Amino acid sequence: MTETIEAPTSSFVAVAGANATMDPRERRRLAKASGKPGWKRVIKHIVLILVGLLMLYPVIWLVVSSLRPTDEIFRNPGIIFDSFEVENYTVGWNTLSEPFSVFLINSVLVVLGCIVGNLVSCSMAAYAFARLRFSGKRWWFVVMLTTIMLPVHVIIVPQYILFSQLGWVNTFLPLILPKILATDAFFIFLMVQFIRGIPTELDEAARLDGCGHPRIFLRIILPLMVPALATTAIFTFIWTWNDFFSQLIYLTKPNMYTIPLALRAFMDAQSSTSWGPMFAMSVVSLIPIFLVFLFGQRYLISGIATTGGK
Amino acid sequence: MSAIGELRKISTDKKTKAEKKADRRDNKAAYLFLAPWFLGLSLITVGPMLVSLYLSFTKYNLLQAPKFTGLENFTRMLGDERLHNALGVTFVYVFVSVPLQLAAALALAVLLDRGLRGLAFYRSVFYLPSLLGSSVAIAVLWKQVFGSEGLVNVFLGFFGVEGQSWIANPSTALSTLITLNVWTFGAPMVIFLAGLRQIPTMYYEAAEVDGATKWQRFLRITLPLLTPIIFFNLVLQIIHAFQSFTQAFIISGGTGGPADSTLFYTLYLYNRGFANFDMGYASALAWVLLLIIGAFTAINFWASKYWVFYDD
Repeated sequence: MTETIEAPTSSFVAVAGANATMDPRERRRLAKASGKPGWKRVIKHIVLILVGLLMLYPVIWLVVSSLRPTDEIFRNPGIIFDSFEVENYTVGWNTLSEPFSVFLINSVLVVLGCIVGNLVSCSMAAYAFARLRFSGKRWWFVVMLTTIMLPVHVIIVPQYILFSQLGWVNTFLPLILPKILATDAFFIFLMVQFIRGIPTELDEAARLDGCGHPRIFLRIILPLMVPALATTAIFTFIWTWNDFFSQLIYLTKPNMYTIPLALRAFMDAQSSTSWGPMFAMSVVSLIPIFLVFLFGQRYLISGIATTGGK
Repeated sequence: MSAIGELRKISTDKKTKAEKKADRRDNKAAYLFLAPWFLGLSLITVGPMLVSLYLSFTKYNLLQAPKFTGLENFTRMLGDERLHNALGVTFVYVFVSVPLQLAAALALAVLLDRGLRGLAFYRSVFYLPSLLGSSVAIAVLWKQVFGSEGLVNVFLGFFGVEGQSWIANPSTALSTLITLNVWTFGAPMVIFLAGLRQIPTMYYEAAEVDGATKWQRFLRITLPLLTPIIFFNLVLQIIHAFQSFTQAFIISGGTGGPADSTLFYTLYLYNRGFANFDMGYASALAWVLLLIIGAFTAINFWASKYWVFYDD
């Protein structure tokens, strides 16, 4: 597992401008050659495993407990699968006025809209910033970088007024439209970094052959920046899936609820006796993130290593 | 490497006239490619920002037209005790949780560096919580874990310690949220790891030849060369922590309780604007938040001259 994940990560890092100075195997050889005693390494591993276990303990316990009867949840702190009760899941699924599948579909629709929006609009903007020469480029670039750090709160009130006057409250448009208009500048920056690492000879050659910019973008740059697009898609997935603030503001009808809103409604509606179903639906909400993490982690790691995350 | 490094570079290099002319070569294509971004910038970002600046000088409840009230919203802030409390809560949260989170991130990054077997596995384990941490599901879990009959108290019970509800007690509620933020140290840790990889190994080899101890090597090589990354993480995590919302909202049921002890600034802003429809005041609060974040970022940049070491 370790090596297969290692290789593409470091190549992405290298392409994007941050050079990995040494191959991990080489480092390992060096560490051994420096004569570090074996028991020191063992202690290090024990410490790391304990910290890791401590970190993941609550999450593992959440999963295990979601399969236990509710009264058991309060007594059993263990993380061994000793009970396999799916009742929590069937009860939780149908507790609110709509079944959980409705919220899942809503979340998926919002997430897909945001991913498509970000991929198209951010890659276009990134191409302009990385490859084109235009007046005011530096100024716009600084503006773009600054908006990464802007708190959403300074725009949310007028934005809400605007979208509610357009009759868009309780639709997914207020959540998706900003992505179609490239307001997630973080991804523009990530893609600019990546495109800068692609040799310019390729597009110069295409230009001499009479290719215009749309063509260079579509035929040369886009196919080469697939790793950056994957990173964008994955981060957009996770952040949108977890997003609570803007969904809370724009979606107020239960049939439009996304997963985070449904969980919150569940929490408000239930007494403390229904932790079982509550846990079960929490697990359901975390599964997609976990899967995306499992299959896309090299893109996640390289993405935050090259741009510094959010 | 980072957005911050980028800004630093832009502010320092200059151009000749001929270069400036060549800089206009692709104007048409550029504005085509940037069209969505320009639209977004004006309609979704800058436009609403200006409108919210205007609204901050008005009284507005969404139903009647905004009424200009001058500085009233801002003078009202001076006497708003819940706001003062919210500021206190937010400052404690930011200035306790961010240093702890970064210390954990740095410590584990250093432990993980230098050819450790299973590095990718450990990295994944430590990184996962930072993806889950902002979800409602984890907030739900936290509410149980630190509740009166929660996981923490079950464990304390084994040692004969009588637990309390950490969530319902005003003096401990905020620390459960701080714990949650520290728990997400994986993201800055990965950035530290990338930074550690850029330190040339020859520095360590030379130091070893000179007989430097491990601790000396960390203090004299690793730490100074890592200061740009520490600075970067510090700026980002502070900005991020000031905007925390979801976890406090879920754990306190939207109130910021008990006794306003988890009333984050953003939570107060949300309650004024979207629960009480006090949109003018909410806009004023938003602008003050922007100014606070801007001020701390500026202080950070200014102070960086004295402790951040740039190798280039």
